[in-house]
Amino acid sequence: MNDVADDESASDAETEENADANGDTVDALESSDPDEVGPVTWIEQQPLPYPSDALEPYISKETVEQHWGIHQHIHVERLNGMIGGSEWEGMSLGQMMLSSFNEGREAPHPPFFHAAQIWNHDFYWRSMQPGGGSKPSERLLKFIKRDFGSYDGMIQQFMDAALTQFGSGWVWLSYKGSKLPHVNSRSPIPSDNYGRLVISKTPNAINPLVWGHSPLLAIDVWEHAYYLDYEDRRADYVSTFLEKLLSWETVESRLKKAVIRAIERDGHVSRKHVRKQLLAQGKSRIRARPQQANENARGQTSSQEKPLGV
Amino acid sequence: MALRTLISGKTLAAAALGGARTLAAARGVATVALPDLPYDYGALEPAISGEIMRLHHQKHHAAYVANYNKALEQLDAAVTKGDATTVVQLQSAIKFNGGGHINHSIFWKNLKPISEGGGESPHQKLGWAIDEDFGSFEALLKKMNAEGAALQGSGWVWLALDKEAKKLSVETTANQDPLVTKGVNLVPLLGIDVWEHAYYLQYKNVRPDYLSNIWKVINWKYAGEVYENAVA
Repeated sequence: MNDVADDESASDAETEENADANGDTVDALESSDPDEVGPVTWIEQQPLPYPSDALEPYISKETVEQHWGIHQHIHVERLNGMIGGSEWEGMSLGQMMLSSFNEGREAPHPPFFHAAQIWNHDFYWRSMQPGGGSKPSERLLKFIKRDFGSYDGMIQQFMDAALTQFGSGWVWLSYKGSKLPHVNSRSPIPSDNYGRLVISKTPNAINPLVWGHSPLLAIDVWEHAYYLDYEDRRADYVSTFLEKLLSWETVESRLKKAVIRAIERDGHVSRKHVRKQLLAQGKSRIRARPQQANENARGQTSSQEKPLGV
Repeated sequence: MALRTLISGKTLAAAALGGARTLAAARGVATVALPDLPYDYGALEPAISGEIMRLHHQKHHAAYVANYNKALEQLDAAVTKGDATTVVQLQSAIKFNGGGHINHSIFWKNLKPISEGGGESPHQKLGWAIDEDFGSFEALLKKMNAEGAALQGSGWVWLALDKEAKKLSVETTANQDPLVTKGVNLVPLLGIDVWEHAYYLQYKNVRPDYLSNIWKVINWKYAGEVYENAVA
């Protein structure tokens, strides 16, 4: 049985510390958080969080300048060309992305491809840092071991997903609030309803946000992301990303926010939370019944008031 | 596809005579091989660079061949054991790698150095059919360029012949899906690879430039032969 109490303690820590590993760039990204409601008429491209040569020798300056400066930029241009006067004008990037996804019914609406690719790339740049690739913290490793068996097991699963994404797409590590596909579903099996880390692969522009997951890290496996530096060798690119570029601090700070989101947005409930609730209920019941309290004082137990049993 | 078709005529005849001997004992898996290019890697320059041709053939196509053969061996073992779960689980690797082999085998034949006739417009039957079904040769090129450029992600743009309706059309397929996934009667006359690996080293993200240049080395003679055989 998964012990989800740890997820809660992680989120408690979050409320104490507000500083994120990447400072204002993470805040800037959170402005494209789909939960945010802020009117934006024209989408602006987020700046790179480091200079274009900062990821060398693993990802070249040329690739970064092509990838951010041309590929991602064109998506911004195309999206801005589509949204004026449309139903999407005034939405944030995240809202545009989720609403134009059309809930996965048939093809998405035209803005989806561009909005999602803009969001995906912003997320990808910020999943990396110069000098990244060190191991995750002990706290994060505990979740990884819980959900994948071991760190190496997680890496293997990640590599498999990257090499079996047959075409263009992305590979993700995400936090999912429940075992079930839909974020608001409730299973009668309590352990299904606890959050967990998952690895997923998505084609073209799709990302796990559309499934209600909270992404923690992304790698772009479109060929343009690695062809200039690695040619056809996608495996070399992915292992280099994991060993030399990935920012585990960013992953951990995103996880803290994901746990909060699961609780506040999705009604995710943990054992610790239920226990707290019942305790609170029990206390208020005792205070409301003074006779009962006097009986307690005389030594007669009111065994029905015992709230714990979850 | 029935594995029986992979068994040689000799074993079939022996089985027919033998009676008691099972076909399964004689079953072997016919693997595929990387075809040679009918021209040098650099022969299609400047439309497609020699570096791209070399990587495309020696790395990408070779990987499809190797992975398809591996999946076929695994499929054979799973079918023999009656392991339906593995049979089903192998389908995506077979579709992807098998499709990659099929599509690229066609692609190499669709290209020809300029010195050997690459780029010369289609004549006679195919030329007339293009005029009839698209209005003009230029209109066909414009349509293929537009659909190839608009394809999101990876895939192919095809000049297809519906051999039942005897009609030409422009189709696109995603990833390595062969043309037949768009219609059982569709015959590929011409396929253009619009995966990024087909053009990125030379054209970067400007796929339209790649498309407008590749016509200089398209082998219309081969497309015409396929067309005439299919409608005959």
